[in-house]
Amino acid sequence: MSPTDTSNTSQAGPGLVLSARDLAKAFGSNVVLRGIDIDVLRGQVVALIGPSGSGKTTVLRSLNGLEVPDAGTVTFGDADAGTVRGSGAGLTLDFAGPVGQREIAALRDRSAMVFQHYNLFPHMTVLKNIIEGPVQVQKRPRAEVVAEAERLLARVGLEDKRDAYPFELSGGQQQRVGIVRALALKPQLLLFDEPTSALDPELVGEVLGVIKELADEGWTMVIVTHELAFARQVADEVIFMDGGVVVERGPAAEVLREPREERTKQFVKRLQHDV
Amino acid sequence: MTFNWDLVWSSFGPIIGGAVTGTIPLTLASFALGLALALLVALLRLSPNRALSGVARFYVSVIRGTPLLVQLFVIFYGLPSLGVKLEPWPSAIIAFSLNVGGYAAEVIRAAILSVPKGQWEAGHTIGMSRPQTLVRIILPQAARVSVPPLSNTFISLVKDTSLASLILVTELFRNAQQIAAFSQEFMILYLESASVYWLICLVLSTGQSALERRLDRYVAH
Repeated sequence: MSPTDTSNTSQAGPGLVLSARDLAKAFGSNVVLRGIDIDVLRGQVVALIGPSGSGKTTVLRSLNGLEVPDAGTVTFGDADAGTVRGSGAGLTLDFAGPVGQREIAALRDRSAMVFQHYNLFPHMTVLKNIIEGPVQVQKRPRAEVVAEAERLLARVGLEDKRDAYPFELSGGQQQRVGIVRALALKPQLLLFDEPTSALDPELVGEVLGVIKELADEGWTMVIVTHELAFARQVADEVIFMDGGVVVERGPAAEVLREPREERTKQFVKRLQHDV
Repeated sequence: MTFNWDLVWSSFGPIIGGAVTGTIPLTLASFALGLALALLVALLRLSPNRALSGVARFYVSVIRGTPLLVQLFVIFYGLPSLGVKLEPWPSAIIAFSLNVGGYAAEVIRAAILSVPKGQWEAGHTIGMSRPQTLVRIILPQAARVSVPPLSNTFISLVKDTSLASLILVTELFRNAQQIAAFSQEFMILYLESASVYWLICLVLSTGQSALERRLDRYVAH
């Protein structure tokens, strides 16, 4: 399950997995991103925090091509960064010009998304949900993918749910399946969009536990979250966004314990009061 | 008045025969073609291309805004004046398919729209193209939603095929009419044909329930 035994060996070394520059995006007259830069190093966990409407989810979705920024670039990997699906070559998308379906597909080749509302396919069993991408899109041998899926399911404690339908699972179980579905794609980068926001409080822990284990194993991740305690535990870098700009960034302990910027201070204080 | 039981029994054969060789194949062929057409029209309607969605909208509007009988007559009696002469069967299948296509297109469009946007995104994020996501993720879920309304369309079609008797297609009702004209027993023959239509529709309703149960197996109750 660790990134090193998913044939993604390059992930072990140092180097830049992802580099986004000057991302800008407006929905009509509503400007959501005003020039965002993000660098993610191999094995690094980056937490994006900020009030709702700050643009953090839009940044995350841009990295997976679910939103197409109006301007800016996203560069994936360097020469030695190979994926199962992609060629070894790096990839740069410049959103200032037209971006084709093929380029978006190449972007999605390299990252996998875990959604706030899980977005499992309700008409497929847990196993089918997991193997759909690897079998249908990546064209990997079905037997190999099934074995891998069963291993991953066991890893998150859901080996007995492989033939269940999503509606038969709790939210926490569905989200763990969502995480396994993303892992099965063997991406270079895992993206989490508020993975515990839709969960009942008593189910949050089991999902955060899985994410923490992935972090410990060296997966490279970008996580949008409101769980500051979790971010402090897991993230190497915290980026605080507000109003479509990065207000503050730095090591998790610094940004969350001793924020420099007034807006960060207020935000951190407010969320901690809620706890 | 004495009830002519002999006629009831002797006419039963031709009426059932008309159902088996006329009504049922006409319904099945028209529904299958109509559904394929409807899917195409629904996708055109959902297309961001304004010209394409305009064409689809126009088609649906014309089909739903004109009587089926008039559509049948235009194709069978009208087209020959433009040099297009079609036999009764092809005329009927074309008219009924076009009709089903118009009504079912709206059903399918609504069903596709009822699938949450997150399902498209989940498809894309595992690397699927739009067509792939449509076929493997969206349509199976849309199918579940559209079974009840499409069953209505199907059942209506069974009964609407009786209109084909007016363009000389030999089907259930045309056989009944001929025996009625010959025997002058209108009530018997028309009630008899009514009960056969009803019987067919009862069978279809049972099939609908079974299909709904099958498609509901992945939904919380």
